[in-house]
Amino acid sequence: MSQEHPETLLVMDADAIRKAIRRIAHEIVERNTDLSRLVIAGIPTRGVEVAKRILDHIEQIEGVRPEFGVVDVAMHRDDLRRRGRLTAVVPTELPVDLDDRVIVLVDDVLFTGRSCRAALDAISSFGRPARVQYAVLVDRGHRELPIRADYVGKNVPTALEEKIRVRFENLDSVPDSVRVVRAVNS
Amino acid sequence: MSGWTRKDLLGLDELSAEELRIILDTAKAFKGVGERSLKKVPALRGHTMVNFFVEPSTRTRTSFELAAMRLSADVVNISATASSLQKGESLKDTALNLEALRADIIVLRHSSAGASRFLAERLQASIINAGDGAHEHPTQGLLDIFTMIEKRGSLEGAEVAIIGDILFSRVARSNIYALNKLGAKVTLVGPSTLVPKAFEKLGVKVAHRIDDILETADVVNLLRIQHERQRKEYFPGIGEYIKLFGLTKARAERLKPGCLIMHPGPINRGVEIDSDVADGDRSVILEQVTNGLAVRMAVLYLCAGGVGLPS
Repeated sequence: MSQEHPETLLVMDADAIRKAIRRIAHEIVERNTDLSRLVIAGIPTRGVEVAKRILDHIEQIEGVRPEFGVVDVAMHRDDLRRRGRLTAVVPTELPVDLDDRVIVLVDDVLFTGRSCRAALDAISSFGRPARVQYAVLVDRGHRELPIRADYVGKNVPTALEEKIRVRFENLDSVPDSVRVVRAVNS
Repeated sequence: MSGWTRKDLLGLDELSAEELRIILDTAKAFKGVGERSLKKVPALRGHTMVNFFVEPSTRTRTSFELAAMRLSADVVNISATASSLQKGESLKDTALNLEALRADIIVLRHSSAGASRFLAERLQASIINAGDGAHEHPTQGLLDIFTMIEKRGSLEGAEVAIIGDILFSRVARSNIYALNKLGAKVTLVGPSTLVPKAFEKLGVKVAHRIDDILETADVVNLLRIQHERQRKEYFPGIGEYIKLFGLTKARAERLKPGCLIMHPGPINRGVEIDSDVADGDRSVILEQVTNGLAVRMAVLYLCAGGVGLPS
C-alpha cells in the first residue's frame, strides 16, 4: 500500500501554466496555417481542460476557434488486466468527420506513451486524419513506446516512483498547479 | 473516479445507486462504439469469455457474444445440450473445467435461482448472471433503466408501471431493485395470482387493472407471458389476459404523450401488446436491444477490470 508523502514540489504555478499553454497555442498556430481544418482533441480528464484552454488562446490570438473534441482512451488501452485500477470510460466526442483533418491530441502529462497510443487507435476508428500532432502540458519521461510530443509545456525529469499531480482551479477547487509528488511505501 | 471493485455481477439488489450509475455511465461511452464504422476496441484483448447457457436463449446470448467481440475478447459458447451436464456432470464440475481452460469471464444462464452466486463463490473467473430462475436478470434490468434514462434524462420521481407476470419474472425483480434505488416510483400490475400483495414489501405499489395506471405512467414496461413457465392455476386464459392487461391500441391512446412503451422481448404480438403499438412511435423495444449491447460491454469491462483489485 503506498501513501503520498505530504511534501510535494511545485514545478508550475498558475502563471507558469497559463504561459506554457499560451506558448503551445502560438506554436500550433505557427505550424498549422489553415485553422479551419484543425481539431483540438483532449484526452480525459485533464487533457480535455488543457485542450479547452489552448482553444481559448488560439481564439484570442487568431480570432478563430478551431473544432474541439474528446478522445476516449480507457477502452482503447489493451493493458486492462495489468493495471489493476480502472479508468472511467468517457464517451468520445468528435464534432466533425476526421478524414483529411489535422488533429492535435492534448494531454496533461506524457509518461509511458500508452495513453497516446490508445488515443491514436481510437482516432483511427473514426476516420483517417491527414496528420496527428501531440501536445502535453508536462513531459515527465519514462517512455515505454516510441512516442514524442510536438508541443511540450514543460519537461519535468522524474523518478519512476514519483507522480505528477496536475490540478486546475475549475476542476479541483485549488489554484492551478503542477507538482511532483513522491510516493513512499509504508 | 470509478468506484467499481466487484468481480461479478449477480444481481441489482446488491448494487448501490453509485454502482448502478457507474455501469450506466460506462455504457453510455460504450454505446458510441457501436455507432462507429470500426465497431471494435481492444479493451478485453487476451480475455476469454464463456457464454454458458444452461437454459435456452438467443437474444441475451447473442448480445453478450457481440459485446465481448466488440471488446476484442475471445468467446466460447456452450449450451446445455452440448455440455456434459447432459451426462450427469455437476454445475460446479463443469465450471471448474471452464476455469481450468482459463476462462476469465463466465456468463451464466441457469434455471435455478442462485446458480450464478454458487459459481461466483467458488471460481476466480468473473461470473455474470444472465438470468437465474425467477431471481434476477441484471443486465436486462440495466438496459431497461439505461433506455429510460436516455429517453427521459432522469428517473427521479418517474412513474414506472411493470405489467404482467411479476411472480415468475427475473426481469421485474431486477427492474424493481434498480428503479427504487434511482428514485422512480414503481407500480406492479397484473392478476393477483401473479402480482401478490407481498410485493409491496419491496417498496412498490400493486395494482390489478392496467386501466388504473394508463393516465399516470411515464413508462410502461410490459413483460412477456411466459407460456413455458405458466401453470393453469395462475392464469385464466389468454383472452382474459388481453382483456384485463393487454396494451391495446385503445388503451395506448390514453397514455401520456411522452410515455415510453417497453418490452424485454420476445413479444407475443396481440397478447401483452397490440402489433401497432409495439411498432408505434412511443415504443422503444428495439432501442432496448441496441442499448443491451452497450450495457453488456460496460458490465464485461468493469468486471474484467475488477480482477486483481483488493477486496
